[in-house]
Parts: sequence; structure tokens; C-alpha cells
Amino acid sequence: MKKIFTAVKMFGLLLCLIIFKPSAIAQTDIDGILMQKNFFCVGPTVSKSSWKNYWEGTYKRDNANLGTVSATTAAIMGNYGINDKLNVLFGLPYISTRANAGNLKGQKGLQDLSFWVKWVAKEKMIGKGNLKAILLGGYSNPVTNYYIDLMPTAIGLHSKTGSLRVMADYEMGDWFATISGTYMLRSNVTLDRNTYYTTEMHYTNEVKMPDASDVNFRIGYRSSTWIVEGIVDKFSTLGGFDITKNNMPFVSNNMDATKLALHVKYDTDFVNGLSFVADANTTIAGRNVGQSTSFGGGVFYIFDLSKKKKKEDTKDKH
Amino acid sequence: MKKIFAYIIVITVITVVSFNSCSKKIQEANADYPAINPTRNDANAGTWKPLLLASAGEFPCAAPIATSSPDYVLQLSEIKSFQNNITGGEQELVKYWGAGAVLRWNEIMRELVAKHNVPPYQNPDGTYPLPSANNPLAYPLFPFANPPYAARAYAYLSAAQYDACIACYYYKSLYNRAAPFTVDGTIQTLLPKSTLPSYPSEDAVVLGASEEILKLMFPGDQDFIDQKADEHKKARLIAGMNVRSDIDAGESLGRAIAAKFITRARGDRAGAAAGTQTQWTQFETDAMAKGEVPWYSQESPRRPPMLPLFSKVKTWLFDSLTMVTSIRPGPPPSTTSAQFKNETEEIYQIQKNLTREQKAIATFWSDGVGTYTPPGHWNYIAASEFVKLNFSEARWARNLALLNMSLMDAAVACWDTKFYYFNPRPMQMDTRIKTDIGLPNFPAYISGHSTFSGAASTVLGYIVPDKAQQFTDMANEASLSRMYGAIHFRSDCVVGLTTGNKVGSYAVSRGHTDGAE
Repeated sequence: MKKIFTAVKMFGLLLCLIIFKPSAIAQTDIDGILMQKNFFCVGPTVSKSSWKNYWEGTYKRDNANLGTVSATTAAIMGNYGINDKLNVLFGLPYISTRANAGNLKGQKGLQDLSFWVKWVAKEKMIGKGNLKAILLGGYSNPVTNYYIDLMPTAIGLHSKTGSLRVMADYEMGDWFATISGTYMLRSNVTLDRNTYYTTEMHYTNEVKMPDASDVNFRIGYRSSTWIVEGIVDKFSTLGGFDITKNNMPFVSNNMDATKLALHVKYDTDFVNGLSFVADANTTIAGRNVGQSTSFGGGVFYIFDLSKKKKKEDTKDKH
Repeated sequence: MKKIFAYIIVITVITVVSFNSCSKKIQEANADYPAINPTRNDANAGTWKPLLLASAGEFPCAAPIATSSPDYVLQLSEIKSFQNNITGGEQELVKYWGAGAVLRWNEIMRELVAKHNVPPYQNPDGTYPLPSANNPLAYPLFPFANPPYAARAYAYLSAAQYDACIACYYYKSLYNRAAPFTVDGTIQTLLPKSTLPSYPSEDAVVLGASEEILKLMFPGDQDFIDQKADEHKKARLIAGMNVRSDIDAGESLGRAIAAKFITRARGDRAGAAAGTQTQWTQFETDAMAKGEVPWYSQESPRRPPMLPLFSKVKTWLFDSLTMVTSIRPGPPPSTTSAQFKNETEEIYQIQKNLTREQKAIATFWSDGVGTYTPPGHWNYIAASEFVKLNFSEARWARNLALLNMSLMDAAVACWDTKFYYFNPRPMQMDTRIKTDIGLPNFPAYISGHSTFSGAASTVLGYIVPDKAQQFTDMANEASLSRMYGAIHFRSDCVVGLTTGNKVGSYAVSRGHTDGAE
């Protein structure tokens, strides 16, 4: 019963491991494209993820006392271009969870506010294509005192995270591939109880969270109007313990998830700066997480905040 | 420009990294308990009233060798050799065990309870397997250390430790052999010096009794228990507190006394507490015959009720007739009554409007799957107070025995009530009601948490009168927490508390007459 849901990042890819990684903003913390200077892209997203089966350690099972556990997320996300090579992004999701069987109450609330700084460190023509090396730094912080003692329905892990992501993006004509690796530092979290058992007894309300890593590969078509990409993402905690048989899940479990995802973005012709995104992902392997499948979509609008308001086509900024 | 931003990113990352690594260290509440250093050494504990022993000297303990004998000198050398080669890890062991034998073995049991407090997973056909003590490492692992099982385990541990201490102190006075640091001034003492004779060792008698009880209750964890016992013995030698013969004599005595408790445990009817399908059905038909809606398991697949015949287990503080006539409360509001309807609506409203603070209270006291259970929670509360009070080992054992006998008897009385009335849970009667904390799989009336808490707060208020009001407040909060969790009606909680208070008062009465006041 893992929390599988959380911060569904929409834009770019839900794919990401959403789950325990609240830091994910979407559109751009994980892709190789940037906003132009003084442009601000912002918009709402919604998504729904659900799972019926989950991995208890490596054992895959269902649970008639939970049925299907779902998380519905509404988020606001934004991306501002400080300049053409440096962007700042943010995201804030509201999440509501529910189990459709049994007697566990669903939880809901604002989850974690996340920020990313995205910087193109190097850009170079290689062959016929353009290679970009991008560095990102991220930080997320819970904005409410949401409940984490009962994992299957918790909306997040309530850990502050600091992330460093290294990314390479190669673009040739309208085709591209992006690969990135992320290291996530995760702060300790605090329970509502003063003792707990992991693989041993602890007399404290504080739980040490294992750090986590994420590897993301995406490949597809990218033009000024359409982005269509397929994505593979693997999230792993670096440590943590397995749920033992029929035991409760816990915030500091070892959680791994490998997901396949599809992301589509369409920049409209009829309103300058308006775009739509759609995402889908599914979990193909995991450990101590739900086997979630998620669908979502969003609408974004790009504002030109430059003082000298030239009315230019914002589309190829992106 | 680029460089500036690079620096910003690097600095940010370094800040986050350093912030993170520092804040990840956790100071646990039991790590720095002070070394045991009794205000009163309770040298007369050999005269206290035992629970099962016919007399303090029922089990023999041979006279010790003289401190002038060559063998004793060799034993002193063993201590010195340890002390000359002490490692950091060994110093940690000395500090850990120095906090007290009764305390640490109580913690070890809490840990094993938490490890084993997991309900078995169902069979493919929807039935549930029963753990077997004869095959503890096969799935389902033995035991399922649920609250009644745990209450009984804590009680046997504390009771055996208590009688073992009485025998130990009796022989200490009888033989009056000096401690190694008194015999030889060159022995260092890494812990406060005890003013008691050191033969037999009180630590060893507690560990001998504890090992046996723990292995009875957690037969799959023998290696873990052995390892703890070895560390404990070593810590006493390294600390210069005991020579090898103090330890050996104490451990043997403790084990022999534990055997008497194990015999009691094998005959206390707990082995039959799971019941049979016929018995489970009988509860249902009995409730229906009274015109009441019977309890049904809300789990899927439906799980048989948790240890329904725990009500028949042999108690410590009163007999079964007293339990039925003086302790079992009157019936809950009838499931067809207006009051029952109102109490159900009350729970629906509470859970619907639950505040974050109420949810935290429900969670704090929940003590559900994967925890040391409510009796374990009250042991932790007791230990947290006792460490401040500089009790002797014998007094630690006596106080925890009073507490844990009351908790086990509270479990028996509570289970007796639950299965006598077989009353449903709120969510069985109103499916709109959901819980934040998990629903226990047994009838509602009376609340187990309330019964445990009523008993524990009564006993602890007797032992630590200055804190009596705080213990009462805790018990009230623990009781209320079950309504916040939407798993109990108000009647379950109110009557559970008063029933627990009654059980606790039997332990207090015993305390008045056990010779330790």
C-alpha cells in the first residue's frame, strides 16, 4: 500500500515517480526544454492514479480490505524564464485519496510545494543535432501537516526533499531523446506516535528516511506544435525495509517503481500561448508500492512578462 | 553569468546536503537512560511475598566459593582482562545494560511483541491459518502477538522476574558475598557501585528468568534472545559489577524459577483461546437469541474473532467467579435502543468532523498492527517514569509485575465482556463510518484500550502518587482516542475505563500486602 499517488506531475510526465517524490513538477523539471526569457507558463492539471495490486516486499498481492486505492490530484504548476538558459519552476498539488473497499478513511489536502531551478550548462552541435547538458536543483516542502501514519491512504510522505538532477538532451530535427539521473535527499519525518517498529524498535516520533534516486529516459517527436514522447522511469529508495507479510506499510519502506509513460503536448494554433497536455503511465515493476496506473491532463498558458511588450509568437519558446 | 548561476546551484545543493545529514541523526528516548543507582537498595526484598514460589528459598542456590579461593581470584582476573581490552562497543553495552536488567528485558519483550503483532494472511480458500508454537518459523510465524497475547507475555515476564528477584535477594542476604570491587580495589567500576552482596547477581537472575519466558512466548527468536543474554552477562563482567560465579548462579536460579511460571503458562488455558468454528457460531446465536445484532468481522475475507476464549485464561489477581460477579459490567445499550442509535450517530459525527489534533490523538494511542500493543504502551509509560525514580531491580520487578498482572487480567476481563455480549462495531451498524487507524477484529463492548488504560493508570497512580492525575488524564485520552478513531461507541469507552479501574484496584490491594511498601 504505498502511496502511489502523490504529486502527480502533469505536464511532463507523470511518469515520474510520483509517488514518493513530491518534488516533481512537471512540465519541465524532467524534460530538456526551457521557457524563454521573461515568459511565464502556468496552468492547472488534474490526474487520477489508482492501484489494486501492490508489492509487499517482492510479493505481489491485492487486498480485499482496500479494494482499489485511488488518488485524485489537482495541481498548479508554473515555469518562468529568467533567461533563455535558466528557468525557475514550481508546483503545488492538492490530493484526495480513497479506498473503495474496507473501512479505511480516505485522506485529502494540499501536499508539497516544490521548486526547481533549471540551467542549461552547456550546449553543443554534435553531428546534425544539438546536445544540451542541463543541471537542475529542486526543493520541496510540505505545506500542510498531513497524515502519514497510515500509508495506504496517505497523500504523501511529508519529507522535505532536496534534489540534484543531471540531464542530457539531444535533438535532431523534430526528434529527440533525453536522459536524466536524480539524487533526492529526503529529510526525516515525524509521526503522530512516539514509538514505531521498522526492523527493530524505535523510541522516537522521528523517522529516518532513505534518500532516493530516479533515472528517466524519454524519446519522441518535438515540434513547435506537438510533443509526443514515450518514457521509462525508475525510482528507487536508497535503503529502507520491506513490508513483511500482511504487515502495514511504513513511510521509510524500501520503495521502488519502474514506470512506462506517454506524454503528449499540443500548442494551439487558435490562441497564442495556450497549450494542452495529456499523460498516462503505468507501473511495470515495483517493491513496496502499489501497481498504479495514472491518467491526467492540463492546460497551460504562456504570459509574456517582458517590459517591452513585443507581440511575438510565443510558440517556439516553449 | 553562467558561473554565477552555477555557484548558486552548487551552494544550494551543499546547503541542502549538510542540512539533511545533520538533521538525520535521531536521539531515541531510551538511549540515555541513567545507570541504575537505587535510592533504597531494598536489601530486604527476600522477604517480600512471592507470586508462585512457596518460599524465597524454594529453589536452591549453592553457597558461593570464598573470595579468597584461587578460583575466585581467577574470576577477578577475567574482569581485569576484559577491562584492559575494552572496546567502544563494549562500553556501549555497559551503558545500555547499566540502565537496569528489568527495564531492558521489558524493552526486549516490547520489541518482540511489535515484531510479531501481525495478523496472518489468508489461505487461498479464504480461511485463515493458525500460527503454531511447535513450528514458529513456518508461515504464519508464531506468535501473532495481538493485545491479549502480549498482555499475557508481559505479565509472565514481569511476574517471573519478580519472584526471581525475591529469591535472589534472599540468597544475597543469606550468603553475603562481597562484590568484586570490594574484594579487590584494583577492579574498575564502570557503573555505580551496588551496596548489596553480589552473589547471586540480580542482573543474572532477571536475565535467566527473562530468557526462559521470552523463549516460551517467542520460540522463533531464540538466537536473538541468546545474543541479548550473552551481551548482558558480558556487560556485568566488564563493568566490574559481578564475577562469573555471581552471574552463573543468578542465571541458573532465574531459569529454575521461570520453569515454574512456564508450567503455570502451559496450564492457563491460553492455548485454547483461539476457539473453534462451533464456538464462534455459538457467540452469534447467543447474541441473536437475546434479540441483539451480533458482531460480525468487518474484514474480507471474514476473519474469526481474535482469541475469543481468552476470557477463560487463568487470571493473577482474582478468580473467575469474582470476574464474572464483580468485574464483568452490565450489558451495553441494546442494538435496537434509541441510545444505541444516538451513540452510533455520535461516532459518525465525530469522524466526519475530526480535527487534525484528534486524528493525532487517535494515532498516538492506536497501538495497532506492528506495534507493542496498548499493554506495551503502558509498559513504556511506566518505564519512562520509573527511570527517574531510582528503583532497585527488585522494586522495578515488583512494580512492573503489579502493572502487568493488572494488564493481563484486564485483557481477560475485557475479553470476557466482549464475548459475553458480542456487540457490533460502529461501522457494522453504519457503513458511512470510516476509520483513520484500523479496526480491531473483535466485538466492541467494552473497549480494550479503555480497560487496559483504566487498570494501568490505577496501578501507576498507586506506585507514583505524584503523577496519578497525569496517568488518569492519559487513560482518559487513550479511551477517547477510540471514539476519534471511530471504532468504539462512548459506552464501550466509559465502561471500559471503570472496569479497568476495578481490575487495577486488585493489583493495588496486592501491593499493600506484598511487603514492599
